[in-house]
Amino acid sequence: MLTTVSLPPQQRCKLWRRKILDISQKVSALHIAPAYSCVEIVDCIYFELMKKSSSEFVDIFIMSKGHGCMVQYVILNSFGTLSDNDLDSYCQPNGILGAHPDFGVPGVSASTGSLGHGLGIAVGQACAEKLKGSKVKIYCLVSDGELQEGSSWEALLMAANLKLDNLIVFVDLNDFGGLERMSEGHPAFYPLNKKFESFGWSTFEIDGHNSDEILSVASRKSSSQPKVLICRTIKGKGISFMEEAPIWHYRSPNPSEYQAALLELDN
Amino acid sequence: MRNRFAEVFFELAQSDDRLCLLVADISPAGSIEKFRKNYPARFINTGVAEQIMIGMSAGIAQRGLRPFAYTIATFALYRTYEFIRNDLAYQNLPVTVVGIGGGITYSTLGATHHAQEDIAVASTIPGLRIIAPSDPAETEAATRWCAVQQDGPVYLRLGKAGEPDLTSHLKTPWTFGKWRQVVAGSDLAIITYGTIASQCVKAVHMVQEHGLFPSLYFATTIEPMDFQTIDEIFSRYRNVLIVEEHVGFGGIGMRLKALGTQLSSGLHIYLISLPNSFSHSYGKHEELLFLNNLDANSIAQRIKKISS
Repeated sequence: MLTTVSLPPQQRCKLWRRKILDISQKVSALHIAPAYSCVEIVDCIYFELMKKSSSEFVDIFIMSKGHGCMVQYVILNSFGTLSDNDLDSYCQPNGILGAHPDFGVPGVSASTGSLGHGLGIAVGQACAEKLKGSKVKIYCLVSDGELQEGSSWEALLMAANLKLDNLIVFVDLNDFGGLERMSEGHPAFYPLNKKFESFGWSTFEIDGHNSDEILSVASRKSSSQPKVLICRTIKGKGISFMEEAPIWHYRSPNPSEYQAALLELDN
Repeated sequence: MRNRFAEVFFELAQSDDRLCLLVADISPAGSIEKFRKNYPARFINTGVAEQIMIGMSAGIAQRGLRPFAYTIATFALYRTYEFIRNDLAYQNLPVTVVGIGGGITYSTLGATHHAQEDIAVASTIPGLRIIAPSDPAETEAATRWCAVQQDGPVYLRLGKAGEPDLTSHLKTPWTFGKWRQVVAGSDLAIITYGTIASQCVKAVHMVQEHGLFPSLYFATTIEPMDFQTIDEIFSRYRNVLIVEEHVGFGGIGMRLKALGTQLSSGLHIYLISLPNSFSHSYGKHEELLFLNNLDANSIAQRIKKISS
């Protein structure tokens, strides 16, 4: 862990992509591209934003886009929260890690996978921490696709109504659902920032692969408003042939694709 | 029932600051208004948005508080099915979902407001316990239990207002998971739960005047089923009548019939329930029950027929 923490974020993120790529050779259920689009965001949340008390995290992270959980798993592994054996037995009958987070697994704060659930749970957690008078912050990562769920907008309204300034939401705006580009199939989805602003959120739009910008904007204080960082990202970021190619939402690379991907990551 | 729930919840909340109440734009009954006034932060109205009511309840429970999510039963359970399944049951969180208007108690509001298949729906979710009190006293006991239990979610099916007291005279206290014998008899056993229980009590009194003495049981806990009492009933009586303000499919009648067929051939299990169709009729609750042969007189006639 110490060696990982001391790495610059760019190198850490390269390491997470490499670990995810390696795991892809063991199982077919991976969601590699949606994990790659949020690597810098999740890395920043765990390594820069979440408060820790000795070895335990005090703040909470909810991976509402559950299909991106591979990046969460490899990071939790780097902190020792998940063991090497846990990672090695990913999606295996003797393992505890599946393709979507399961509450009760060490480090996992909510069972997600069905989209439009994690944000509501995050709102509840932030509300509870306010009621308790604690300083705990709730970080939640949602996909742009899951913002199509009506339940997401119920959650956004309540967070603003309750003035949950201890809730920081990141939108992984990679512009892809499982089927097609959001901007082509659902153009009314945009502009997204105006929707958040009109719902009473402190809204920022940033480059979701720029670790410095994520940290800088996420650290800004906001008063009496929940905060959202709309992070422009590239689905499959880091491997050229996976970038913005819908098929990589689901599939794992074959051996020759794996070798080609390794070369790109090493350069 | 809802007024007793409100009174007890307010009383408990005064000494337990973990208790929160989430409602979805429903006007608070009785003492809930006092709770809202005294503890505004712990009263959360999500508006006409039941999914977030359940989702927030999950998050609140995960952080150590004890939420009750409260609205009309159809909206509490049907609109939110996946949220109860994934957020509450899959994560095994101690949240009480309170459904008001179980059965057809919202008798003038049409089928959109009839929780006539709620037991069937709730029964499909692993780990979701189901409690259906039959009167205010059982509502009070169940609410007290829900406020302190730690083992996962509960669907608490309540009626509306004005239900008569049927059980406070009983020596045996309400216990989670246990059915209660309310009337001791010998000719046959009647099993019921919820707001229709008062019709069954009336029916029992009617047939007693004709020399028939049925036993009457309240199946207040529906999930888990009280298999011990079921065994006792099945071994003691030749005829068992189940009365449900619920469609036949997926209610306790169907389950008990399935159990009964595995047992002695001398056992006869009868069921009176709502038809598996949408009502387009309106009127007082008792009038709608009458239209569906679920009023006290119809139940009494059925008891006589079975006994003849």
